[in-house]
Amino acid sequence: MYLGGDWQRPPMPAQFSLRVAVLGGIALVMFAIIFLRLWYLEILSGDRYLAEAQNNQVREFTVQAPRGEITDREGEVLVDNRTALELQVKTTELPRTSKNRQELFKRLGEAVGMSAEQIRKQIRVQTKDLPSSPVTLKRDVPYELVYFLRENQARFPGVSVERVYVRDYPQGTLAAHMLGYVREVDEEELKDPRYESLEPADMVGKEGVEYTYDDLLRGINGATRVQVDASGRPTGGQLSVREPRTGNNLALTIDADVQAVGERALSSIGHPGGFVAMNVNSGEMLAMGSNPTYDPSIFAKPVVPQATYEQLTSDATSAPITNRAIQGLYPTGSTFKPITAVAALSTGEFTPETVINDPGEFEIGGITFKNAGDAAFGPIQLQPALQFSSDVFFYNLGADLNEEDPDGGPLQAWAKQLGIGSPTGIDVLGEGAGLLPTPGWRNENFERNTAPDSPGGQDVVVEEGELTDRPWAVGDNVNLAVGQGDLQADPLQMAVAYAAIANGGSVVRPHVGLRVEDPAGRAIQEIDPAPRRQLQIEPTWRQAIMEGLHDAAMAPGGTSYPVFGGFPVEIAGKTGTAERPPHGDQSWYVALAPYPDPQYVVAVTAEEGGFGVDTAAPVTRQILTELLNVKESKIKDVSGEAAVAE
Amino acid sequence: MEAIPRPRPFEQRHVGLLERAGFMHLDLVLIGAALGLIGFSLITLGQTTGEDVANNPHFYVIRQAIYAVVGVALMLAIARVDYSRFRELRVGIYSVMITTIVLVLMLGQATRGSRRWIELPFFTFQPSELGKVLLIVAVAAFAIDTARRISPVRRTARLLLLGTIPALLVFMQPDLGTGAVYVLITLAVMFIAGVRWTHFAALGAIAALVVTVVLVIAPAMEVTILQPYQEERLTAFLDPSEDPADASYQINQALIAVGSGGKTGRGDDATQTQQDFLPERHTDFIFAAVGERFGFVGAAFLLSLYALLIWRALRILTVSKNLYGSMIAGGIAAMFMFHVFVNVGMNVGIMPITGIPLPLMSFGGSSVVVTFLAIGLLQSIYVQAQLTSKRGAQTALR
Repeated sequence: MYLGGDWQRPPMPAQFSLRVAVLGGIALVMFAIIFLRLWYLEILSGDRYLAEAQNNQVREFTVQAPRGEITDREGEVLVDNRTALELQVKTTELPRTSKNRQELFKRLGEAVGMSAEQIRKQIRVQTKDLPSSPVTLKRDVPYELVYFLRENQARFPGVSVERVYVRDYPQGTLAAHMLGYVREVDEEELKDPRYESLEPADMVGKEGVEYTYDDLLRGINGATRVQVDASGRPTGGQLSVREPRTGNNLALTIDADVQAVGERALSSIGHPGGFVAMNVNSGEMLAMGSNPTYDPSIFAKPVVPQATYEQLTSDATSAPITNRAIQGLYPTGSTFKPITAVAALSTGEFTPETVINDPGEFEIGGITFKNAGDAAFGPIQLQPALQFSSDVFFYNLGADLNEEDPDGGPLQAWAKQLGIGSPTGIDVLGEGAGLLPTPGWRNENFERNTAPDSPGGQDVVVEEGELTDRPWAVGDNVNLAVGQGDLQADPLQMAVAYAAIANGGSVVRPHVGLRVEDPAGRAIQEIDPAPRRQLQIEPTWRQAIMEGLHDAAMAPGGTSYPVFGGFPVEIAGKTGTAERPPHGDQSWYVALAPYPDPQYVVAVTAEEGGFGVDTAAPVTRQILTELLNVKESKIKDVSGEAAVAE
Repeated sequence: MEAIPRPRPFEQRHVGLLERAGFMHLDLVLIGAALGLIGFSLITLGQTTGEDVANNPHFYVIRQAIYAVVGVALMLAIARVDYSRFRELRVGIYSVMITTIVLVLMLGQATRGSRRWIELPFFTFQPSELGKVLLIVAVAAFAIDTARRISPVRRTARLLLLGTIPALLVFMQPDLGTGAVYVLITLAVMFIAGVRWTHFAALGAIAALVVTVVLVIAPAMEVTILQPYQEERLTAFLDPSEDPADASYQINQALIAVGSGGKTGRGDDATQTQQDFLPERHTDFIFAAVGERFGFVGAAFLLSLYALLIWRALRILTVSKNLYGSMIAGGIAAMFMFHVFVNVGMNVGIMPITGIPLPLMSFGGSSVVVTFLAIGLLQSIYVQAQLTSKRGAQTALR
């Protein structure tokens, strides 16, 4: 029948309407899910996403604050900044997949002339401590590269060229040890409250005054918040600017000319050593140097190569990084004698007039101590004993001053009070302590060493400054009286001790910081630390010692007469030649000038320099020449005249 | 008003006359929804892609408008054809579909690691888009064909095979999303065709097994079935990240775009869209662009248009004069539902990233034209149902 034809509705499958309803139901559920989700996103979380969208397009760029300048006392610039263009990689903005990263490194490598492997290595090395800190691939990149990277920023995610301030040293290596250097703050330091406000990649002082006055020198970084598009290109809108605040300037007590003369003089003798020049009343340092030195600008590079680091610290190169003025610890030899004299005079049983016979040798405890060069001075008083540097005279004092008390007797007490064997508190990082031997120190170490459970058992093991091979004996005090044996001190400690004797007992706190000025040049802080303590040094003691030291330098027969005999300004000075096995003799000289009311103390030491008069004293003379504005032509040559060796 | 039913030749002439009368029998709501969508697309493209192509602010708008004009013309043309005729052409239609997809595989242009296009003199054509509609028409025809002649199980198997072959070919392009569309519309046609519930249950179990093998067991045995970027995209929405090169970055940016739109949208302050944070904002992520620019109100309006579209498709399914029409309408409705749900779901972060366009919204010639083609088919079914019911009413009046 034609009514059942194709154009009429054919029989529908079973449950047709149910199936249609199922389809419709699915559609309904589907729309319900999407609507609910949309409701959640746009209505319920709209504000959060709006904030995120706004945050999406804001990038904060740190504007590095320049660090303050460091000048000498006359305003001569020792450290300032230069700007450098630095190619940086921010690891947090790099592609996440290693394949994309690898491709980026390859592209970047081609653009800057590095291999992808080198780039990866740099990133590995520089993010070892601080994973999130930006990695500096190159410094001082050419402008062409800057433009290329900016134009193709989308192809170099996480790569940028930043203008950074880099420490610059217009005077080259001058005062390198004292100035120190700056590096990126490391992870440990970031935990330190001292560096509270810092962020990774900020620069901090690591050594010298850069460390000590870091918080004053360091500026406060600024920030610019700008709007950017998805590929990081600024879209024009600068949202807010926080101007960076330049760090304060630091004026040092140093006189750059004296510093330069001292460094040149010390390096010209070719021995490792150190020198200091200090105002005896205020503790202001006029110069402080160490030989060999190094170029501080190597630390202004993003990475210090391992070879450079080794060169700076290895014994083979005499570790140029070591500041021998405050870290070089040696026996002081005869320069210690004025300290012994003060200790002896303080007992009241010994006066400047006390006569002691010097037959050339001194025997105590079965050991014979001799004068240097087998000299014999006969019966002498303190003043000539200093002038000729009679060892036997001071051996006697050492024996007399010996006490079995763990802290020793007056000799140890006075040496300690004058600052020997402990840090002076100077405002330069890394000062050594040294060692002032006492019966307590020696006996304790000996007991520990010979205890059954000691590392060496019953066998004697001697480690320098740690263990001793025998208990305290009077001979130890005899040695100490002439600056021999276990004594360890650095030039600065000697300078402070001499200054105290010369200024009547004030133990100053040496310092290289003079004044802090804000960027506009207004002084905001004068650095003038109070003396650490006041000692009771009677004028008569002082006078006797000063006269002895004056004669030692200026009177014929004095130990340093060949060097200072013709010096136009009267000075007082003491040579020292310390045995320092297994090394050659340590050469010392400490001078107070001008005599009789000294303003300055200069201490010089040189490793394996032999007699004090041969190496340390000439260096001292050059420093004093500059310090006291002495014309070279005014210095008479008296070196031909006979001098008594110590 | 004739009292006597007319013989068939007369009927056919009569139908021909009515057709010439034009649009009176078209589903105007459906047309309204479609034109609303394409209009919305043009507005959105106009506001978001102005700076995408240098010196040509209307690049996307003009092209999309041309595709729309071509699509609408095609829709009107198809609406005038009785879809029932396609039944006879099923083998030809199916062969054309398979051939073009294979052709793509053989000489298609490689784009971003997958081949989906064929370069034609005037535009690049994506056969797998057209394939969707061709598959619906062909599989529905085969379903009628096999209805009474073979056992239910063999029928299910054969229909499934007909759908799976092109799905696998598309999958090999590789185009995971479109492959899934093929499978889904095949299932939808089978569903309307009356395939037993138990068969669907069995298919569900098999599908679960396949997913397990592909995502868990095969990777464990180091057999590559999914391309790495496909697997990453499929799982990335579970773990959004910050890396611009990552699929999950796209999701993140889309979420921020949609969310930041709030109630009424950010208008010209739509920074996610305007400053390139939102990737593919003229194609895959156009919904996020709408969400940001027009807010919940705009997105909800857009979704209502889709609801309208799908409602009309389902309604046409029920009024169809024959099962063939119902199956086609069911397939098309399912196709729209899948596209809308997967694409919008991806834009709001509840579905993985697949390259499935949002019908009539996403920029793209093949997608726009083929969607209008599908709507043309729906119109044809609607027109035919109207004509038939008119005749039925006349018969009933007697």
